[in-house]
Amino acid sequence: MTQPPAAEPLLEVRDLRTHFSLRGSFGQRLVGRESGSVKAVDGVSFELRRGEVLGLVGESGSGKTTLGRTVLGLAEPTSGSIRFEGQELVGRRERELRPLRKRMQMVFQDPHASLNPAMDLLTAVGHPLIVHGVVKRVRDTVPMVTNALETVGLSPVEQFLPKYPGDLSGGQKQRAMLARAIIMNPDLLVADEPVSMLDMSVRAKILELMLELKSEFELTYLYITHDLATAKFFCDTIAIMYLGRIVEYGPTETIFRDPKHPYTVALLGAVPDPDSSEGLPTDPPRGEVPDAAEPPLGCSFHPRCPRAFERCGWDSRDLKDRLEARWAGMPESQFERERAVIGDIEALESPSQAAIIPAGKGHSGSEVSALLDEMRKADPAEPTWSGIESTSVEPGGLRVRFRPPVEPRLGSRDGVDVACLLYGESEPPGQDRLDSDRSV
Amino acid sequence: MSEPVLSVRDLRVWYGTARGSVRAVDEVSFDLSAGETLGLVGESGCGKSTLGRGIVGLLPEGAAADGTVSFDGRNLVGLPTAELRDLRGPELGMIFQEPMTRLDPLMRIEDHFLEMLETHEPGLSRDEMKRRSMETLGGMGIPPTRFRHYPHEFSGGMRQRIMIALALVLRPKVVVCDEPTTALDVIVEAQILGILQDLKRNFDTALLLITHNLGIVAEACDRVAVMYAGQIVEEGPARRVFDTPAHPYTRELLRSIISLGTEGLQYIPGAPPDLIDPPAGCHFHPRCPDAMRVCASNDPVAVTKAIDHRVRCWLSGPHNLVPAGEDEPLATREFAKADEA
Repeated sequence: MTQPPAAEPLLEVRDLRTHFSLRGSFGQRLVGRESGSVKAVDGVSFELRRGEVLGLVGESGSGKTTLGRTVLGLAEPTSGSIRFEGQELVGRRERELRPLRKRMQMVFQDPHASLNPAMDLLTAVGHPLIVHGVVKRVRDTVPMVTNALETVGLSPVEQFLPKYPGDLSGGQKQRAMLARAIIMNPDLLVADEPVSMLDMSVRAKILELMLELKSEFELTYLYITHDLATAKFFCDTIAIMYLGRIVEYGPTETIFRDPKHPYTVALLGAVPDPDSSEGLPTDPPRGEVPDAAEPPLGCSFHPRCPRAFERCGWDSRDLKDRLEARWAGMPESQFERERAVIGDIEALESPSQAAIIPAGKGHSGSEVSALLDEMRKADPAEPTWSGIESTSVEPGGLRVRFRPPVEPRLGSRDGVDVACLLYGESEPPGQDRLDSDRSV
Repeated sequence: MSEPVLSVRDLRVWYGTARGSVRAVDEVSFDLSAGETLGLVGESGCGKSTLGRGIVGLLPEGAAADGTVSFDGRNLVGLPTAELRDLRGPELGMIFQEPMTRLDPLMRIEDHFLEMLETHEPGLSRDEMKRRSMETLGGMGIPPTRFRHYPHEFSGGMRQRIMIALALVLRPKVVVCDEPTTALDVIVEAQILGILQDLKRNFDTALLLITHNLGIVAEACDRVAVMYAGQIVEEGPARRVFDTPAHPYTRELLRSIISLGTEGLQYIPGAPPDLIDPPAGCHFHPRCPDAMRVCASNDPVAVTKAIDHRVRCWLSGPHNLVPAGEDEPLATREFAKADEA
C-alpha cells in the first residue's frame, strides 16, 4: 500500500493452494465420504514484475500447468491470494473477473487442440473481440485480426484469413494462437509449453516471435515448461516446481550457474545435450514423480534424492521401495526365500512413521530384522537407513520407527530461495528477497 | 568393423494419397552392426518413423516398398507376411513411443509375457517362461512382486521399462526404438536411455534409435544418420558428425537447437518440403545457405568423407560430376515469414 506504484508487481501470488478432491469409490461416494485430495498446487508464492519473464519449470505432475490455470481463473484456488495490479482475484465472481481476463491471456501447448477445426482464422483469432464485446459482428473484426496476423507473421493476411487450422503447419497454428492471445492487447501472457510440440528448428522461430511481441506490446510472461534449455534462454527468473511446490526460485543466471536443490541439479544433469561429449548422465535419480494424492512426508523429493539424510521424511513406503528394488533382478530362489519372510508387503504402502513390517507365515520378527540388517550391509550408503530411529521385534513382525519428518521451507541462500534441509531448516521464507527490488 | 546384422540398401517407401504419391523414404541405405546404436534423427515428416516401420515390415495399408533390407541372409522387403511375423519379436524387436497404447489394459503384465513366449517359443515350460520373464523384468528394475499387476498400476516410466522387457524377452538381435523416451520426463528419460545402453553392452543388441532429439543422439548413439525429406543426407560417427557436420542441413539443424549453451536464436529459413512434390536436385537446396546452381537440378550423390562418414551434398563432391560453372552460388530466394513455421 505504501509502496510507490512503479514497484508494485503486475502479478503477486501468495501461498496459493489448488487442491482437487478425489471422488473415491462408488461406495464411498454413496455414503458421502471423500477420499482425500490431490494437492496440485500446495502453497506457492511468487511475484511477477511488469516486463519480467518468469519460468515455471517442472516435470509432469509438478503442478505447473494447474498453477498457470489457477492464475487465470481457469481452475479454482482452494486458498491463498492472487493479486493482479494489486487487485485480489481469489473469491471474485466470474462476472467481475471478466474485464480483467482481457488483460491476461493464455497460449496452450497443443495448437492443434486449441483451435476449433471448424473455424477459419478470421473467426478464431477475432473470437475474443466478440466474446468481450469489443465488436458485435465477425466482419467488424477484420481490421484488428488483419493487424494481429501481420504482427505474428502470417502474411499475406488475406490468404490466411479464410484458412482453417487443418491447412496450417504446427508453427503457423502456434502463430495464430499468439495472434489470438495478443488481439485484446493484454498485459500478461501465460504460455504453457508453447513450443514443446514443435520441431526443434521451429522452436527458435516461435520463441523469437514471442520476444518480439514482448517488446512491442510490453508483455509480461509466465512461461510454463518442462524444458530447461528454452527456460534458460527465455526467462529472467525461474521457479523450479516439484509436486505442487516451488523448490528453488531465483534469477535464471544464478540458478543455472549454481543450482542448489538436488532436484534442480538432477534436472540439469539429465537434459540431453547435443554439445556433450560425456555420454549419458551416469546416475540419474531413481524412481519417478510420486503420486500427488499421497506425497512423501517431509521433502517430496527425498525418496529419489541422492543427498537425502535422516530428517528428510522417511516412512514405511521407502522401506517397501528398498525391498522391491532389492528383489528386482534377484535370482528366483533367493527372492522366494526372502519374500516368504515378509508378510503382506502392501501393508507398508500406507505411510506410517511407526510401521510394522509383517512377518510371513511361519516366520518371525527377528527373521525380518535379520533381512533388514542384510539389506543395510549390502548398501550401507543408502539414506533410508539413516531415517530409521529404532526397530523392535514384535509378535507379528518388526516395528520400525522413523525419525520425525521436517518440512523444508523456502529460504534464501546466495541470492536464490531454496527449499531443502541441506541449506538449513529454520530460516523464514525468502520474504526479504521478495520484498526487495530485484529489477536490474 | 564387424559384419552388419542389418543392411539396408536403396530402400524406398511410398504411399498414395488423394493428392498423389508420397515418397516418404527415398533410396535410403545404411548398415547396423551388433552392439551398435544408430541414431536416426530428423524433424517430423522427414520419414524416419516410416523408415523404422518399413524395416520391420509394419507399414500401413496402402504403402509400398522396394529395395533390400538384408537380415540373416534374407531380404525382408517383399517377404510373405507369415514369415515376417515369425521374425518380428524373436529376431526384430520394436519399442514405440507411447507404452500405454501398446499394453493390453485388461491383461496382467505376466500374461503379456506368457502370451509372447507361448507364441514364439512354444517349446518352453511354463516355469521356464515365468523365470525368463521375471529375469528380464528384473533387469529393467521391475520387481517380481509386481508381476501380476495390470498396466494401469504402473507409472509411465515403468510401462516403458515393461515394453522394453517385452521386446527383449525373446532376445532379438535388432531392436527398432521409435522415440522411446519422448513421452517421458527428462530424469526418467535418462534412466531409460541408460537401460538401452546396458542392453547393447550386455546382449550385443543392435539398436536403431529413432528420435527428433539431437541431444539424445549425442549422448546415447555411436553413429547418427540425419534424414531430410525422405533421404539420409549425412551419416557417420555421432561425435564426428556433430563436431564437423559435412551437410549444410546437419550444420544448420545443430545451430537451431536450443540447448543449455544457447545464447542467441538461429533457425533454418523456410520449411521442409512437401514429399508429394519435393524440389528437384537436392531437396534441401531452397533453404540451403551454401546452395550452388548444380544443387537445383542434379540429385546429389552419396560421397564418403572418411571411412564411415558419408554425405549427400554437392559441396562434398564428387567434383568431376559438377558441370562447369554450375558450382556458382544459387540465387537465394526470400521466404515469406508465414513459411517460416
